[in-house]
Amino acid sequence: MSDLSNVTTAPHSNGGAPPGDAVAPAVAVDGLVKRYGELEAVKGIDFTVAPGETFGFLGPNGAGKSTTISMLCTLVKPSGGSARVAGHDVEHERDEVRRNIGLVFQDTTLDGYLTAEQNLRLHAELYGMPRGAVSERLKQVMEMVGLWERRASLVMTFSGGMKRRLEIGRGLLHSPRVLFLDEPTVGPDPQTRSSIWSYISELKRDEDITIFMTTHYMDEAEYCDRIAIMDSGKIVALDTPEALKASVGKDRVQIQTEDDEAAIAALREKFEIEATIAEGAVTFGVSAGEQFVPRLFAELEQPIRSVNLSRPSLDDVFMSYTGKTIRDAEESGQSDMRRNMARMMSR
Amino acid sequence: MAAETVTATPRSGQASPASGGPSTPGHHVARVRVPARSLRSELRAIRVVWKRELIRFSRDRLRILTSLIQPFLFLFVLGTGIGTLAKTGTHGVNFKTFIYPGVLCMAVMFTAMFSAASIVWDREFGFLREMMVAPVRRSSIVLGKVAGGATVAAFQGLIVIAIAGLVDIPYNLGLILELFGLSLLVAFAITAFGVMFAARINQMQSFMALMQMVVMPMFFLSGAMFSVAALPQWLAVLNRLDPLTYAVEPMRRAIFSHLDVSAAARKALDPGITWFGWRVPTALEVAVIAILGLVMLSVAIWEFSQAE
Repeated sequence: MSDLSNVTTAPHSNGGAPPGDAVAPAVAVDGLVKRYGELEAVKGIDFTVAPGETFGFLGPNGAGKSTTISMLCTLVKPSGGSARVAGHDVEHERDEVRRNIGLVFQDTTLDGYLTAEQNLRLHAELYGMPRGAVSERLKQVMEMVGLWERRASLVMTFSGGMKRRLEIGRGLLHSPRVLFLDEPTVGPDPQTRSSIWSYISELKRDEDITIFMTTHYMDEAEYCDRIAIMDSGKIVALDTPEALKASVGKDRVQIQTEDDEAAIAALREKFEIEATIAEGAVTFGVSAGEQFVPRLFAELEQPIRSVNLSRPSLDDVFMSYTGKTIRDAEESGQSDMRRNMARMMSR
Repeated sequence: MAAETVTATPRSGQASPASGGPSTPGHHVARVRVPARSLRSELRAIRVVWKRELIRFSRDRLRILTSLIQPFLFLFVLGTGIGTLAKTGTHGVNFKTFIYPGVLCMAVMFTAMFSAASIVWDREFGFLREMMVAPVRRSSIVLGKVAGGATVAAFQGLIVIAIAGLVDIPYNLGLILELFGLSLLVAFAITAFGVMFAARINQMQSFMALMQMVVMPMFFLSGAMFSVAALPQWLAVLNRLDPLTYAVEPMRRAIFSHLDVSAAARKALDPGITWFGWRVPTALEVAVIAILGLVMLSVAIWEFSQAE
């Protein structure tokens, strides 16, 4: 974790990415800083995101993750450093960046007085999409998010989950190379959340799209190829979910035996492991649990009725890097992005 | 125009377009290449923002109705009531005919201000962001917005023009065109004015308060309800400073030229605007409104371009 700028683990290569895209990173951030007066919201961060990667930004509110995403989306001007998105500088090639990114904000940005299709057509016009391509593409994205049948309904009649899906569809309409999702699954019900994730994985397969998202749902961070944990304006950890969890330490093993007392004694003798009884099972921690369990079966004399191996969760990771529980991060429902926007607009 | 030919190309190289069926795993989505920014893309952005105003206006029948209530109250209730009092002073001219130009302006102003106010709504409901992050110039967004507001306000003016016959104004094509043209000009200037303020106002209540603070004084000072012939000095000065004066006066002059009225009535009711005794020609009156509108439009564009 010493030199974060060089951590660019490639995602699982899904069968030959386009040669041009493979070279330039989808997002390249170099010493990015944002100051609001005295306050340094982002304190010089570096990272790159490979094309086709799903990159997650995790952190408590106020950590600077939304400020960072706002800078990458050209909504906020950096105070220092630079960032390139889809090969274009966010400060000097703003329109180029905007053309190549899709944005889905936490708060809805749809016009409720227009129909779903009108909202998307308006977007197509604003983004100057070739006229001949709009209808086909529109149908495809609306089918993808399951709203084609409801295209003629006014958006104000949609549920929160449907609005979110429509926004994701709209964000994809102009075939962005990078899709930014700010807390995409906050608000909607669990069903919608899981369907949103199935679109995202479908997208990755079909469109070679790079996804850059913020979330504070730990189980969702698992879907990401890599995760950056941000705290107090700095990236404190950046790696694959697996590697992050491994960095925290031991797996938890729970076994049920005929004679727990004997098993505990045997563990102490044979493996030098201090086990305790927890949740009605013999419980202990080991590193690389999946390699340990076969040894356990081979060498422990007491018959084992069941075994349960659990990895450290990302909650543990989050806690160990930020010193806060994820609950703190979830306290504030308001997105930083909205505050940034309000700040800009009121100038 | 070359960019237009860059149409959807299936990414994977398969020639077949995606199946029309419902979303199934494995269907592929055609990629679209968005062409570089051009004058053409800016014009499309202006057009779609304009069109959105029209769609929203046509959906909101209630708004079409409610923004006519106040002007009609002035025209028919106040107009009839004061008309009986003012009979001796109008030299036989229907008082409702006299106040009609001001009422027409009022209807246009209310609608124009409401259209501009939708920027404040758009900000509150987030839609403004969708427009602000689009890869187009902010000036295109503002131009589309002002054009849209002006169009719906002028349409509202057209409804008032349609009832002109009820207040003894003849349906003469030339007159109708002249009234409509002036309504359009007022609609443009007031929308630009409203958008200029909406750029800085975050709350609907504040905007509504501003609207009341601006529209009513402008209406009263413009000479909509009285003749500017023999005003006390202080009111004459305020009247000349009110931009709406320069819309009401040419409208009234146009109407009077199509009426059969005595020279005395014309002198008393439609004396024309003077600056230090110099009679301001109609062309200059029109220019005053047009220039003010353009200045406010420029300020509005500048303000929106400043926002990051």
